[in-house]
Amino acid sequence: MLKLEHIGYEVEGNKEILHDINLELNDRFVAITGPNGGGKSTLAKIIAGILTPTEGRIWLDGEDITHLNITERARRGISYAFQQPVRFKGLRVRDLLGLAAGKTTGVTAACDMLSEVGLCARDYVDRELNDSLSGGEMKRIEIAMVLARGTKLSIFDEPEAGIDLWSFQNLIRVFEKMYEQTKGSILIISHQERILNIADRIIMIADGQVERMGTRDEILPALLSSTCKVLTDKME
Amino acid sequence: MIDQIQKDMLKAVADLDSLPVGAYNIRADGQSAARNTTANIDIVTKTDKPGIDIIIRPGTKKESVHIPVVISQSGLKECVYNDFFVGEDCDVVIIAGCGIHNCGAGDSQHDGIHSFFVGKNSKVRYIEKHYGDGDGAGKRVMNPESVVELAEGAEMQMETTQIGGVDDTLRKTTARLAAGAKLIIREALLTEGDQRADTDFTVTLDGEGASADVVSRTVAKGRSTQHYTSRVIGNAPCTGHTECDSIIMDQAKVTAVPELTANDLDASLIHEAAIGKIAGEQLVKLMTLGLTEQEAEEQIISGFLR
Repeated sequence: MLKLEHIGYEVEGNKEILHDINLELNDRFVAITGPNGGGKSTLAKIIAGILTPTEGRIWLDGEDITHLNITERARRGISYAFQQPVRFKGLRVRDLLGLAAGKTTGVTAACDMLSEVGLCARDYVDRELNDSLSGGEMKRIEIAMVLARGTKLSIFDEPEAGIDLWSFQNLIRVFEKMYEQTKGSILIISHQERILNIADRIIMIADGQVERMGTRDEILPALLSSTCKVLTDKME
Repeated sequence: MIDQIQKDMLKAVADLDSLPVGAYNIRADGQSAARNTTANIDIVTKTDKPGIDIIIRPGTKKESVHIPVVISQSGLKECVYNDFFVGEDCDVVIIAGCGIHNCGAGDSQHDGIHSFFVGKNSKVRYIEKHYGDGDGAGKRVMNPESVVELAEGAEMQMETTQIGGVDDTLRKTTARLAAGAKLIIREALLTEGDQRADTDFTVTLDGEGASADVVSRTVAKGRSTQHYTSRVIGNAPCTGHTECDSIIMDQAKVTAVPELTANDLDASLIHEAAIGKIAGEQLVKLMTLGLTEQEAEEQIISGFLR
């Protein structure tokens, strides 16, 4: 459904962040892993339209979406959960969930999504998304927003970052349930073995290039033996 | 007596579709258009100057007073004095508001001086909305002044809103608090075009345990200018907090001037001020939910000014 052709991304000073990325994502659960600074988040932002690639094309269900902006891509069914959730003074959790869910779904259903991510909806719907919420709470609300949208492609940029271990167990269940109960595809950037372990396909990105990719069974054993550090450096 | 334009203004400033329940005084184009008093709340026309006295008997609870003002006559200028005498141990809501519809060439102006004398241990919630519309060249000018005196243990919460349409405004509030009194002010202000808004708060904390929390959230669009001053004077062991938080857009200009004076060792006073444009990442986040940039901006502003 998602195809990346020769995607390159350079910033000023000719610094190359991504180089000739070619990917065709047809699996329902794809995990992207690799060392920090390797270009994973940049690639996710390019897919969501937050960054424009300096080279290459992006196709979604046969449509060239390379020059579509963030809004247009969102409306075509791409959702994106930020690694660092954005705070808003004045906007409440219910406002954001309502915007995410759209008019058809409504806040009630969105509240169920809050429960899915382990937050008691009653305690949170009227809270402002300001500095009074902890990093972990913000992160769970961020994930709930993507669940509330229920689009055909949901991108999560390091959902485990900033979440404590207890919540992490539940987070895995959120993704498992999403996989089982929805029709959408999931693209997760993660360092977590337990997330990679439920992915259909794993892509390893390092130095701006696809270093390896394949099914979980093809990639994971090698990753665990050779690049254990990559997988665990976010666990502390 | 009240025409459709005035009805629309009443809806905008006081959420009124019909005459309110409880005590009210509706002023339209410089005249009293409707009035109702209750057993506990009396409204009396002043004899020495324009305006009314609102007298609330001690012990009055769960009652409200509406005193909206609407002006639809271009070029009308008025200065009105409304004095509220709230007895001891009351718990009341006062809803004020001013709407000016000006489609003529002359400037329309409403200067309202509201004085609140709040008795011991009384609670007052005061809601004030200001709104202007009409496409005439004449300006819509509002200069609201509030004078607040809170007796021992009295509490007052003021929620004031002015979202667009007012060309020129000087919003002045002075408050004096006795021991244990509490004042909460929440101001929301939006200016656009060539509008100008000056806000000036002076809160004097005279008694032990008095506390004030003054928060102003503003958005300045277009070529508008805003000037915000807050003075808090602590004359006793007390706590005071003021905050001015502004979103600046386009070619607008915003000035925030805090002034804190502690005349007592145990006066604890804080001021926070922040002025900045809408963060790019906030727009991006809302766009990833399917909103256009324009819709994202509107959501951010309406949430901020809520």
